[in-house]
Amino acid sequence: MLLIKCPWCGERDMVEFTHGGDATKVYPKDDATPREWHKFVYLRDNPRGEHDEYWHHVAGCRQWLKLRRDTTTHDILATAPADGDLDL
Amino acid sequence: MTDQPWRLANGGDIDRSKILRFAFDGNTMAGHPGDTLASALLANGTRLVGRSFKYHRPRGIFSAGVEEPNALVELRTGNRQEPNCLATTTELFDGLEAASQNRWPNLRLDISQINDVFSRFLPAGFYYKTFMWPANLWLTYEHFIRKAAGMGKATRDPDPDRYDSASAHCGVLIVGGGPAGLAAAMAASESGERVILLEQAPHLGGWLRREKRTIDGAPAMDWVAHAVARLNAAADVRIFTRTSAFGYYDHNMITAVERVQDHVAIPDPNLPRQRLWTIRARRVVLATGAVEQPIAFPGNDRPGIMLAGAARTYINQFGVLPGRVAVLQTNNDDAYRTAIDLLDAGARMAAVLDVRDHVNGDLANRVRDRGVPILAGYGVVGTKGYFGVRQVSARPLSGGDTVRFDCDLLCMSGGWAPQVHLHSQSGGDVVYNVDKSCFLPGQARQNCVSVGAADGRFALQECLTDGAVGDDIREQSMQPVWSLPNAPGRHDKCFVDFQDDVTADDVALAHREGYVSVEHLKRYTTLGMGTDQGKTSNVAGLAIMAELKGQDIPAVGTTRFRPPYSAVAMGVMAGRAVGRHFQPLRRSPMDDWHRGKGCKWIDAGLWRRPHFYPRPGEGVDAAGLRESRAVRSGVGIVDVTTLGKIDIQGPDAAEFLNRVYTNGWKKLAVGKARYGVMLREDGMVQDDGTTSRLTENHFVMTTTTINAGPVLAKLEFYLQAVWPDLRVLVASVTDQYAAIAVAGPKSRGVMQRLLDIDISNEAFPFMAVAACNFAGIADAQLFRISFSGELAYEINLPADYGQAAWNALLETGRQDGIVVYGTEAMGTLRIEKGHVAGPEINGQTTLGDLGLGAMQSKRKHNIGKSLAVREGLIDRSRPSLVGLVPVDGESWIKAGAQLVENPDAPPQVAMQGHVTSIAYSCVLDHPIALALLTGGKQREGDELYAAFTLRSEAVKVRVVSPHFVDPDGRRMRG
Repeated sequence: MLLIKCPWCGERDMVEFTHGGDATKVYPKDDATPREWHKFVYLRDNPRGEHDEYWHHVAGCRQWLKLRRDTTTHDILATAPADGDLDL
Repeated sequence: MTDQPWRLANGGDIDRSKILRFAFDGNTMAGHPGDTLASALLANGTRLVGRSFKYHRPRGIFSAGVEEPNALVELRTGNRQEPNCLATTTELFDGLEAASQNRWPNLRLDISQINDVFSRFLPAGFYYKTFMWPANLWLTYEHFIRKAAGMGKATRDPDPDRYDSASAHCGVLIVGGGPAGLAAAMAASESGERVILLEQAPHLGGWLRREKRTIDGAPAMDWVAHAVARLNAAADVRIFTRTSAFGYYDHNMITAVERVQDHVAIPDPNLPRQRLWTIRARRVVLATGAVEQPIAFPGNDRPGIMLAGAARTYINQFGVLPGRVAVLQTNNDDAYRTAIDLLDAGARMAAVLDVRDHVNGDLANRVRDRGVPILAGYGVVGTKGYFGVRQVSARPLSGGDTVRFDCDLLCMSGGWAPQVHLHSQSGGDVVYNVDKSCFLPGQARQNCVSVGAADGRFALQECLTDGAVGDDIREQSMQPVWSLPNAPGRHDKCFVDFQDDVTADDVALAHREGYVSVEHLKRYTTLGMGTDQGKTSNVAGLAIMAELKGQDIPAVGTTRFRPPYSAVAMGVMAGRAVGRHFQPLRRSPMDDWHRGKGCKWIDAGLWRRPHFYPRPGEGVDAAGLRESRAVRSGVGIVDVTTLGKIDIQGPDAAEFLNRVYTNGWKKLAVGKARYGVMLREDGMVQDDGTTSRLTENHFVMTTTTINAGPVLAKLEFYLQAVWPDLRVLVASVTDQYAAIAVAGPKSRGVMQRLLDIDISNEAFPFMAVAACNFAGIADAQLFRISFSGELAYEINLPADYGQAAWNALLETGRQDGIVVYGTEAMGTLRIEKGHVAGPEINGQTTLGDLGLGAMQSKRKHNIGKSLAVREGLIDRSRPSLVGLVPVDGESWIKAGAQLVENPDAPPQVAMQGHVTSIAYSCVLDHPIALALLTGGKQREGDELYAAFTLRSEAVKVRVVSPHFVDPDGRRMRG
């Protein structure tokens, strides 16, 4: 069971959150080509190690956040607001 | 004292002044407070307590703790009957009833013991090999195998007890209340930490309760009492006894079961039976101790053969003499403590058999000084005694003559295995230590540390960190021997895993058959896969495997331990989430009224909704038809509170809707509603509903009942992650409003009498929206929208006024014959209109498939638009929405039926589509259906079959327009 540091609420148990998918994907612009949309919708890496993900504090403040997780250890290396930067 | 022939006159933590009556297999016996079921059985001379899993061999009490593989019993009777309870950890209470397991018709005469005679034909993997063919008979075989190899039986009645769950947080969590755990707790408490200490036994002290040890020259339990007093006096120290930590999960989360009321016959009604604790700790100290290992010698499983440490536990903690004439087989010095305690308790030691060639430790010398023969370099080669050991034969390991000893107790010790389970569960490595001949916790992965015996620090002094001095004695190191050979020509079984009946030969067979990895060994032989989790079998199993492979134990390695450390009842996992608390139930404000009317319910997500309101004798079809007819000809009301309602506000709200819906929203006038459809990014339809503009920057969106949550989460995602520049806020207001749809040609008249605004067609046309006062209720919101296709209104009211509004409608509408209708009639009305719902918006349909192609604006971008134009999604041959009628004008069409040209054609038949929704049309007076059909509306007039192969039914159907009733929409606009 992960302990997730919500940028607004602090550390909360995983049961308050839902997983929201790959946060390394940048949402395409309106004028993006079908190929760019295809990459965004369908193509996913399955990395061993660090991975950026969206999570939703759905049973808490209802804010989306980004989270960097090590997929081999479940260590959470950083969290940030959904439109923020995990490297800051 | 009553007739407990094996009870000692003195000693032990039992209260001899009180008698507890209990029954085992119907025989009433007596014990004392402080006993376990196992110690009380031994005190009464009951040695045979169960039959083994596979061979049905007689088994006795083997240990004195959670590692017990043999003494599994059914505890209690009636609706509290619980299988596979450990007699060794079950606290005795007055009136306890226990039954042995895995035997028929009774324990002494067990028919399946014939398995033991034929055991040479039942090797490891026997069932896999023999019953695999023919495969279709496996189900038959399995039935009998499961019956013969059964564990205990649980009650089939509902559990009468309550289980709870609770959370805790602390700075330091200590697992284990023995000397190491108590010392760690004192140290953590003194450094100002918030401390939680968990102990699985009823009392603190761990092994010190089981030994005659001293600390600082006084009985060790004095030190324990002092430590407990200090901890109880400290602030921020919580001690849980009868609490087993069974799981170690990510981010330092430990789960534990507190057995609050397991030690009484019937739980206090104000207390839970058990409590599931979820504990987050900054740091975890694992003081989980060690478990003594057996030795796999020939015939090592008879009743009366037990672990050496268990034998002295029964003497020291329970005042029970486990045998009067004992033999001890050991590979280490610690076991000699048992010989000393047995002698002190009045037993005779027939011999000590020690696998080591030279025995000269201080403890061994003390035993030798008391005249006990110590046979160095000897191992057991056989035992006798069917229901209890009577004789032991031994032989020098280097070969030589066999010697025999009569005895009624055979103690064995293969040294101690640190309980590294939780450390391993947490992700930490487990490493074999050659010097100590055991697996030790290696590098930790989380913030945890193992201390005391759990870390291989077996000396008492190594557990005490508070300056106290333990009474350790110089011990000679053990010899890592965990299996002994048969005498030449003999083939007696040497059990490695007692619970699963895995022998040393089974491990060898697995090796010969190529199962060389530890993982495969476990799965093939089932070694270590019982409810005891291999606490007394893994070490010997691995050692035998290593020897066969010609490798050392570190090279063979061990498997990762998984939760639970000890068995956990399903009831405590479920906690209070049982029955109607299994999941939350969402109820509309009018729920009580619906219930009072005897409605039949239907689930819609977590909501329950009235399906129909039957009159006497009516089923769903009759009631649905009556209700839908009443709406089409008069007026009806339906509770639509469950629809998702999302409040959307902000200067960019219209722009936001433009991006999420396919149609345009910027020109929607204030006071108007519009139907909207939103797509997923992949171009498929996500959801539909009506959104209304209340003011320039204020909209309220409705979603389907099921999608209310997902749609809100998505809107939040777009606003927070994708377009944070948009000045829009969204909030769910579903629970804040009750909603009622009023539909039918007479709805206007009824509504007008209750409203303070003019709702004539001119003043309040189709798709109009207005704030209003309804039946004296302020802050109501009126919408002229129609799902039924009739002249219809929806009224939203503050939730608390829902029932008042509902009552007002029924009262006012009485003169018009107003009816209430449920989702069945609602479905009929929408199917007649060709309105799509969940069965059509199934995640695989596009706007075009649903006949909604015109909903896509060409002038703006929106989510899903880009991928919706992919070749495959605009292919004209895609299945799309049509209506179906039975050609014979009366046959029901099955929802889910496949549309085919020829229902009698042999497979494989080309599927043309499927039936999505069905109804009995109250207007046409025959069954109708909606379907997704290849080619769609171009095929109107075609005749096909709706084949429902599960029931070998096929109905000839004609393809028609999905708009069965009022295709021009005159009724709803009039």
